[in-house]
Amino acid sequence: MNSHSFTFSGAALTALPSGALWWAQRGLLCVSDLHLGKSERIARRGGTHLPPYETQDTLDRLAADLDATSAKTVICLGDSFDDLGAAEALPESARLQITRLQAGRRWYWIEGNHDPGPVALGGAHLAELPLGPLLFRHIAEPGSQGEISGHYHPKVHLRTRAKTVTRPAFLMDRDRLILPAYGTYTGGLASHDPVLDALFGPDALAILTGRQALAVAMPRGSSRPAASKSGA
Amino acid sequence: MFQGALPPGSFGAVPQSIFEQAKRSGADLPLRRVIYGLMEIPAVITQWFETQGWQVHPHQQAMVARADAPAVLLIAPTGGGKTMAGFLPTLSDLAETPHQGLHTLYVSPLKALAADIKRNLRRPVEEIGLPIRIEDRTGDTSATRKRRQRADPPHILLTTPESLALLTSYEDAPRMFAGLKRVIVDEIHALSESKRGDQLFLALSRLQELRPDLRRVGLSATVDDPAAIAHLLARHPDPCEILTADPGPAPDISMLETEEAPPWSGGGAKYAVPAVLEQVKQHKTTLIFHNTRAQAEIFFHNLWLANEDALPIGIHHGSLDRVQRERVERAMVRGDLRAIVCTGSLDLGIDWGDVDLVIQIGAPKNVKRLVQRIGRANHRYNAPSKALLVPANRFEVVECVAALDAVRAGDLDGEPRGRGPRDVLCQHILITAAAGPFDADQLYARFRTVGAYSDLTRAEYDACLDFCATGGYALRAYDKWQRLLQRADGLWQLRDPRSARHIRMNIGTIQDTDTLKVRLKRARGGKPLGEIEEGFAASLSQGDTFLIGGEIVRYEGLNQMTVEVTRRADKKPKIATFMGTKFATSTQLSDRILRMFQQPSWPELPPHTADWLALQRDLSRLPEPGRLLVESFPHDGRENTVVYGFAGRNAMQTLGLLLSKRLEEEGLAPLGFVATDYATLIWGLDQVPDPAPLFDIDALRAGLDMWLAGNAVMKRTFRASATIAGLIERNTPSARKTGRQATFSSDILYDTLLKYDPDHLMMQITREEAMRGLVDFGRIEEMAARTAGRIDHVRPGRITPLAAPLFLEPGRVPIKGLAEERLLAEEAEKLLADAGITEQIVKPVWRVPY
Repeated sequence: MNSHSFTFSGAALTALPSGALWWAQRGLLCVSDLHLGKSERIARRGGTHLPPYETQDTLDRLAADLDATSAKTVICLGDSFDDLGAAEALPESARLQITRLQAGRRWYWIEGNHDPGPVALGGAHLAELPLGPLLFRHIAEPGSQGEISGHYHPKVHLRTRAKTVTRPAFLMDRDRLILPAYGTYTGGLASHDPVLDALFGPDALAILTGRQALAVAMPRGSSRPAASKSGA
Repeated sequence: MFQGALPPGSFGAVPQSIFEQAKRSGADLPLRRVIYGLMEIPAVITQWFETQGWQVHPHQQAMVARADAPAVLLIAPTGGGKTMAGFLPTLSDLAETPHQGLHTLYVSPLKALAADIKRNLRRPVEEIGLPIRIEDRTGDTSATRKRRQRADPPHILLTTPESLALLTSYEDAPRMFAGLKRVIVDEIHALSESKRGDQLFLALSRLQELRPDLRRVGLSATVDDPAAIAHLLARHPDPCEILTADPGPAPDISMLETEEAPPWSGGGAKYAVPAVLEQVKQHKTTLIFHNTRAQAEIFFHNLWLANEDALPIGIHHGSLDRVQRERVERAMVRGDLRAIVCTGSLDLGIDWGDVDLVIQIGAPKNVKRLVQRIGRANHRYNAPSKALLVPANRFEVVECVAALDAVRAGDLDGEPRGRGPRDVLCQHILITAAAGPFDADQLYARFRTVGAYSDLTRAEYDACLDFCATGGYALRAYDKWQRLLQRADGLWQLRDPRSARHIRMNIGTIQDTDTLKVRLKRARGGKPLGEIEEGFAASLSQGDTFLIGGEIVRYEGLNQMTVEVTRRADKKPKIATFMGTKFATSTQLSDRILRMFQQPSWPELPPHTADWLALQRDLSRLPEPGRLLVESFPHDGRENTVVYGFAGRNAMQTLGLLLSKRLEEEGLAPLGFVATDYATLIWGLDQVPDPAPLFDIDALRAGLDMWLAGNAVMKRTFRASATIAGLIERNTPSARKTGRQATFSSDILYDTLLKYDPDHLMMQITREEAMRGLVDFGRIEEMAARTAGRIDHVRPGRITPLAAPLFLEPGRVPIKGLAEERLLAEEAEKLLADAGITEQIVKPVWRVPY
């Protein structure tokens, strides 16, 4: 199995190598920061014409995870759309695909800072969602427990004996879990950034995405800059 | 500049063939020779020359006589009064005929050169009392002055390709260039090798459109193929005359003899420090050239440690803070420095005063560049330049001897550049749109007047225009948000005029790696020292030390994207990695080296190097022209395979990509490779059992298309081209500060295009660029034919003498494959064990749900 299973706040959860979170007991799949419609939004605002295929790519990967897990409930943990205009401007093919994915499933859109209002698509729109021992919201809040959030697009730079490897990653300690961004056009914030460093206790773990979900102690140390390539 | 003129009575013989007709330019027209009216140098100027005790060079006279030619290329050695030759027609014209507005535009690759020329040109203009206003315009010019220059341009404007491109993007460009008569391109040999040149020649086509009678002058150092540069300079298909100045006496060049032998590997040349210091003492001013900035730093550091007489020695390279560089430049001009440790940043023709010796540390890699560097010594035209080569290791001894042979034989090297790249074309279309509405047919016709684009097809052009207008995607168009719109009258214009600002901010073809500024840590922001690469900064932890500007500093932390350091350094420094120009050893030199290896003994080499080659012959074998040598050995915890293909850096790089792909497929877990001109080193977790099947040329050819799709070099190429073409916007420092989750890697765009739109224009351009710059598959086929399966696989059990330098070669290409997964798994296990976590489970904490 390429995924990583663990217990968090009494819930048995699985981090999938794709960056989705699977709660088998509830048949629930959670993904965060899809940023659908990002290329459209950039062009609308007078920016460059990025390849307009990221919405389809993100939805295709989500469809594959839904197929594999047969999830009955889906939580999109905020910033599902790059802005509300992008949600409205989704091409017909993307709307149809979302509708197909929603068929036979409970679907929750949690509001994020990019998509703070309801969108004209099926599913329930919520600011946050408590479920059993867990609380799903977009941005982590201090002092929370059992909190599952997104927003920061965490990634990890891991020094191995031969090279430094960078991967999007789940970050967690006993109180909170932050999901990596699931959208195709998303960058990341390094786990050693002071912002993320401050959110987690000393025993925090990182679960790297990739071919296999891998757990390591969360790389810390706020004195190091991110070694990322960036563009776009 | 004027010291280039000869003292009286020292005229060399003028070669009869001083005028050569360009062979290539105007190839589709019958060659023609046009007789121009002879322009004379006005008496006020010749009189001024006399008061200086100078006479006009024959080629300077010839340039004035050719003032009306549509394009003239002057080839002259450094110190030949080349720049003066370029300006004499302008000065002569302006001395006799009053002129309103801009008369002559001068473009050089360096800001510093523009400033230098301004100083040197103003002196005669002021002393003669000519009514000529001269100003420069570069990235360093203030915004106020720039605005004023557009409203009221000087007679002579000195600028760079980037600043010129920016000027042509303004709506008022026609007014600013209204009186323009001449354009001078200095150091055209350097520009013509890069996209900066393509950008410049496209901008010239715009100027020519505004001013059909514009005269073009190119000034070049000695090159192997002047006709190729003439083809770029001239308005296609106009003719371009080539003037060749007397090359002057042959240089006095040799290899520096040292008591201590150079090491087996490494690039520092530390062993040569005492001998170099001795040379510095014996000469007035010495330039000490290095091939990379990192090597310059290390050498400078070692030089200071040994500098017991405290000779004033400075350092100058592109990663140092501008203020520091300018201080060194001023000290140099005043003659306060005995030596300067430098890199390519001093390659071009700035006048640095009385340099009487050039020392080249490390193999020169390229005979043409070596000859140009040697010319930096002794600016007096009739005296031979003096230069010393210092090999940094024993392989470089061989390279240096081969280079010396080539210089003596006058055997310059060069690779043809090929067609103009289309990413630069896309940028120019956007620049044109920023300047105002344009006609698509007219723009196409204009592009065809640019040498590098003279065979551009309409279909290729239309694809670029479509890319700029709609993004050019096959499956989904940005109909609603087009960047360029066609109006009812057929002209194209920006949809949103505000996007002109974005376009202007993205002008340029130079790829900056992400760098971070380095400052001394102080309460109120300490002294800036320079810059290091972000990737290097990321590898530093507090307390680590590195060299910058010749001092060891200690990394203290990051503050607002600035690296803060202190001088509390007591450790051996880590080495800062700088992205400098990396020179490739030319094919000619490689061939010379391979031939040299076949000698039974090497009397022309110092004994230590001859012994070393003999040792290689003992431990393994020496590469032979008709065979392919492959070595496999363990080193540093990895399994290494070295292929001595001698096919040139680009082909060896391609070979590295193809072979590592094959190894990945066979599950041998390659981790990365590095290529030089003579060898490719691949390292991985497992041994390569039998290399022979790897070199099957059909299999390699079949692998070519596959890897073209998915490798790191393609992604790097894509990033560069996509930035130039305007698909990706340059990272501004402020954008980098605002947090990283907003930006994402250009690799993602590449992967997305590969999956959904593999024939998109940007993918075509990436492939073309990779084929041009990095693939060179033809030479792999040549190598395969030459060696015809005659492969010698040697397992020496340890690193070999010839292989050692490869381990220090920069430009390593990582492979993201199975090896990465294996390493991650190992590391994860180790980290968890270190952290005392044996089970991957966090203890549940009970909480009351809301």
